[in-house]
Amino acid sequence: MDASNAMLQRVEEIIDSYGCKRENIIAIMQDIQAEYKYLSRETLEKIAEKLGIGVAKVYSVATFYENFSLEAKGKYIVKVCNGTACHVRKSQPIYDGLREYLQLEGKQKTSADQLFTLETVACLGACSLAPAMTINDEVHAKMTPESAIALLEDIRRKEAVQNA
Amino acid sequence: MPECALTRTQFHLLQTESKDLLAAQKLKVLVCAGTGCVANGSMKVYDTLKAACETRGLNVCVALREEGGENSVHLKKSGCHGFCEIGPLVSIEPLDILYTHVHPEDCEEIIEKTLLGGEVIDRLLYHKDGQAYQRRDDIPFYKLQHRIVLRDSGKSDAEEILEYIANGGYSAFEKALFEMNGEEICKTISDSGLRGRGGGGFPAGRKWESVRRNVSDVKYVVCNGDEGDPGAFMDQGVMEGNPHSVIEGMLIAGVATGATEGYIYVRAEYPLAVKRLRIAIAKAEELGLLGDNIMGSGFSFHMHINRGAGAFVCGEGSALTSSIEGKRGMPRVKPPRTVDKGLWAKPTVLNNVETYANVPQIVLNGAGWYRSVGTENSPGTKTFALTGNVVNTGLVEVPMGTTLRQVIYDIGGGIKDGKKFKAVQIGGPSGGCLTEEHLDLPLDFDSLKKVGAIIGSGGMVVMDEDTCMVEVARFFMNFTQNESCGKCVPCREGTKRMLEILERIIRNEGELEDLDTLESLANTITEASLCGLGQTACKPVLSTLKYFRNEYLAHVVDKHCPHCNGRKRHLEINPKLCRGCGKCKRNCPMEAISGELRQPHTIDVTKCIHCGACWGACPFGAIDAIEEEG
Amino acid sequence: MAKGVMIIDGQRVPFDGEKNVLAVIRKAGIEMPTFCYHSDLSTYGACRMCIVEDERGKIDASCSLEPRNGMVIKTNSARLLKHRRTILELLLASHNCNCTTCEKSGKCHLQALAHQFGVRHVRFTDTREAAKIDSSSPAVVRDPNKCILCGDCVRVCEEMQGMNIIDFVNRGSQMRVAPPFGRMLSETNCISCGQCAAVCPVGAITVKNEIGDAWRAIHDPKLRTVVQIAPAVRVAVGEAFGLPAGDNVLHRLVTALKLMGVDEVYDTTFGADFTTISEAEEFKARLQAGGPFPMFTSCCPAWVKYLEKENPKYLHNISTCKSPMEMFAAILRDKYAAKDAEDGKRTYHIAIMPCTAKKMEAAREEFKHDGRPDVDLVLTTREIVDMINESGIRLEELDMEAPDLPFGMGSGSANIYGVTGGVAEAVVRHCVPDKSRNALREIAELGLRGDEARKEVTVHLGDQELKIAVVHGLVNARKLLKEMDEGKAFFHLVEVMTCHGGCVGGAGQPDGLNAVKIRRGEGLHAIDDASLVKRAERNPVVSALLNEMGEHKAHELLHVSYVKD
Repeated sequence: MDASNAMLQRVEEIIDSYGCKRENIIAIMQDIQAEYKYLSRETLEKIAEKLGIGVAKVYSVATFYENFSLEAKGKYIVKVCNGTACHVRKSQPIYDGLREYLQLEGKQKTSADQLFTLETVACLGACSLAPAMTINDEVHAKMTPESAIALLEDIRRKEAVQNA
Repeated sequence: MPECALTRTQFHLLQTESKDLLAAQKLKVLVCAGTGCVANGSMKVYDTLKAACETRGLNVCVALREEGGENSVHLKKSGCHGFCEIGPLVSIEPLDILYTHVHPEDCEEIIEKTLLGGEVIDRLLYHKDGQAYQRRDDIPFYKLQHRIVLRDSGKSDAEEILEYIANGGYSAFEKALFEMNGEEICKTISDSGLRGRGGGGFPAGRKWESVRRNVSDVKYVVCNGDEGDPGAFMDQGVMEGNPHSVIEGMLIAGVATGATEGYIYVRAEYPLAVKRLRIAIAKAEELGLLGDNIMGSGFSFHMHINRGAGAFVCGEGSALTSSIEGKRGMPRVKPPRTVDKGLWAKPTVLNNVETYANVPQIVLNGAGWYRSVGTENSPGTKTFALTGNVVNTGLVEVPMGTTLRQVIYDIGGGIKDGKKFKAVQIGGPSGGCLTEEHLDLPLDFDSLKKVGAIIGSGGMVVMDEDTCMVEVARFFMNFTQNESCGKCVPCREGTKRMLEILERIIRNEGELEDLDTLESLANTITEASLCGLGQTACKPVLSTLKYFRNEYLAHVVDKHCPHCNGRKRHLEINPKLCRGCGKCKRNCPMEAISGELRQPHTIDVTKCIHCGACWGACPFGAIDAIEEEG
Repeated sequence: MAKGVMIIDGQRVPFDGEKNVLAVIRKAGIEMPTFCYHSDLSTYGACRMCIVEDERGKIDASCSLEPRNGMVIKTNSARLLKHRRTILELLLASHNCNCTTCEKSGKCHLQALAHQFGVRHVRFTDTREAAKIDSSSPAVVRDPNKCILCGDCVRVCEEMQGMNIIDFVNRGSQMRVAPPFGRMLSETNCISCGQCAAVCPVGAITVKNEIGDAWRAIHDPKLRTVVQIAPAVRVAVGEAFGLPAGDNVLHRLVTALKLMGVDEVYDTTFGADFTTISEAEEFKARLQAGGPFPMFTSCCPAWVKYLEKENPKYLHNISTCKSPMEMFAAILRDKYAAKDAEDGKRTYHIAIMPCTAKKMEAAREEFKHDGRPDVDLVLTTREIVDMINESGIRLEELDMEAPDLPFGMGSGSANIYGVTGGVAEAVVRHCVPDKSRNALREIAELGLRGDEARKEVTVHLGDQELKIAVVHGLVNARKLLKEMDEGKAFFHLVEVMTCHGGCVGGAGQPDGLNAVKIRRGEGLHAIDDASLVKRAERNPVVSALLNEMGEHKAHELLHVSYVKD
């Protein structure tokens, strides 16, 4: 059984433990998130099916409360500074370059391999290092789109070696 | 009728047994297990004490029923003392000692000297103005407080129901159940003048009576524990420190109104409160104080816990009941009122944690006793979470009518670092700020309302002379705007626009017209919004505009706020020191520096963003920050 | 329900059972502005436009106040007017204000109220991120940039249709109305009923506009434009021209279409008579075979789509008869093939429908032949009204012209297809052997007619006792299915119309509350009452054609299977 099937089975168990009652939807989502850190699309669809309500309703409840995350965050969180100094020193092309490299579309922030989450941050206070970027809070100075991608590629390689 | 798990006689026996057990305990060590102390490492202290006692051959007892004989120590986790700043706190009974800032390495000494030798360790006592305080209640922070709901907080084991019973717990419930009818209970609560502690100040007795009169197959008792104001943690203290008082208050509400189901809605950020409440409910169920046919009276009551999921608006009654029903926490239009159609459209008593925690004492001691504390129209006490630029931050409970000055200066120890007091924000994002002129104002529902503030749930943020009040207004507006549910237009769109304007003003980009727009928007949001969140959202802006308009003008007219921007300053290159190396020029992200090689360089102040890159780059220390006059 | 007298703006206004103060105010002749109050749906109370002030200066929304005897309120104080203007300004600031080119221009409530309240200046700029327009649905277009979050669409989808395709997403100023996970409508179970568009007060959800295609076809000399007009259209088009709802304007509409350049104009009732006969025959066959029961009617494409998407096990129960529109189109294709070959023109078939789901039905693979749909284009009543206006035609002043023959004629029982209960009644008329006037009256009084959510009747056919149910509003059909699932309900025949009131309440119709829909239905019953031919089988053209085509051909042209194996 693959991971996503195992997860859905566990999700089903959690829903069953609440007697498939609609009023327990928030508690159900809390329990699922406690185990899986976020609520996947399949999870929300399973909840809708088991509770006999619309997927739109489940999604509506999930997006109302701040504690629910609908997106898994990556292992590495990359923040590109978008403060004034970094902006004029062309931080946007770095962000765009990384987005393209990570193949992020629309509002997607996390790469498909769950390794990277790309965000922007308003002024890291490292203006003299502009344009700056952080990877898991470690500051990297004077970035270019190429050097930023190189950093990420490096991490990917290391991860691949570790997993091999 | 299902059989009862605990008869009334058995309850009486349990009371006697608990009292005897408690009295029989010779040596008690209470380690504070409130959120503040736990964060400071109090559980490590607990574990170290336990291990160290055991290695010394002391019999460590945890539960009340454990009897360790001669050589025994009762080690307990107590609820929050409220003075979290000096934690982790350890109190030792019956010696009446409160140790502060206790760390695991102090444990050996405590056992050696105090537990075995009966000696006080001066180093661990609370010191102020050269004086050491051994007894907690002598400390000025506590001395001026009057504790009803926080009575047992810090003094008893929050996870031991028998200790609560030994201290008179559940006898008010027993009295309500067997000696009073619903009407009498409602009348007692009405006569006591107890008003809702959640913010509105609505008379609790009247609410109960409305629910009692409503005819319905099902009624509910709901407890609002969704304390979400930034800087408020009173209810957290009660739920963690004395969970049974809340449960008992709700049970009495159930007896009074004929409700048989209770829901406690606890804020997501309070996992410890949830844990304590769960334990408390489980123990009460185990004993038969919750469940079917309690004490053979025919009265049944079941309790449920709901965890919030991060939505401040769920503190609003109808949003809270929607959330319990598993929906988006969006307030609905009223009427119908919650007392008529609340949870699942059934008559519902909805009060907050502190309100319920007051109830057992009122039922036990009578309405007259309660009225003897506080003021005519606001009897009783009120808990406040005292925070901000004040010396003693923490949880305080004072009689209604106590002045702000007493709370901030006598209990709070005045303003930090000897600074001057500027304002205090009461009631969080729904409240207004009060200034120096209000320091002698009695804290009660009506006096505060008169000056445009509210008691709210009890957050009290003290601000010193260095605080920018526009920034305070922006902070609260940002909070409310983030927490607006988005349902009604004035709140959803209006607060967004107000925040945009406030942000503009903070950036010194505002215009005078913006102040008029703020006031005009605030007026519509206040009068036309659907729920309390929107109706009070503009109080911080309106009250700061009223009392600190000059600070807005500093941002708008002078384009310079002394608090936010400091003294006006700009960066300059000292031509005497500059060697013209060009490092500053290369490092400037804004291309604000010009100059020929080996010639003194200059900074274009209109381009400079004060990032300091040049300052860091200059090897000759030639960059100066020049403070301007005025 | 309470009774009493209120004082509104100083005048005494009696009330008797009105559900809120808003209704009493409107009764007093004061037009209360609102965006989110829709009397056929639950009260939401969010737009705050209908606020009133009481004696103590307290402000409340009148949609959520219960009338009380002696209540004193003001509806137009200076404060209220200021708040309304501010609310409108705030809404306009977060709204795509390209009004002149908006589909809804002239019919938009926001535009109308901003004009009415004199909002001439907006102090705030639109800082929202532009959202993508969703035109993936065959029936409606969703432009989130125009949404004012009144939630009418969310409630109609959930409360009337039981669907929950769109809902609120996020909260606060980030709140939107959207399908889950940022999906397009085409990726959801949307059944194209279009009721969201029908209730939308602004241009955030509009019926897909295909007027351009219609004009192109009409003006193309190589095309023969042939139009069919559904029953419900004729009793609603007049509303847009100041005529009362329920007035039959079919003959004026024919004149208008001819003026606009349409070549031939026919009547969908012709197709409906085929449907009645085919469906009745199928029903009788099922009675003989002993099932499967119930037999569901198949005229409503949104209903068929619902079963396909969410309850496919009941597809076996649905009648294999095509809808009247598709029967008509199939016969037309068959009959006009030779004509097209002869004069070298291509027949371009336009159906004028009260319904947005018909646009979806016309595009279904089952109704395509050689890659071309039998119905080339579906126009809604709203669209045909716009085309008439665009042509400068004053419909109310036109002479009358009958539809063309031979396909321009239908029986009375075909006309009532457009109102809830009509299809069932037509089938019963055909099945009952007694063809007397008395029998007709008895059938009319069976209880198939009327506005109740579900009507259940028992018909005696020989020694058989037939149980028939009629439901309208999909939420009621879902309830019925649930009861059937649980074994609590059994019927032989069930008529289902997705929209409340039947096709007269379709989303392609001009704006109208329930009362208007009921009047349109009464208009269709009046046409039936006045018609000489009341039964499908008495339509001479229909019976002649049926004889001519024979059983095999009839099956090929008139039946369809939605069951996927």
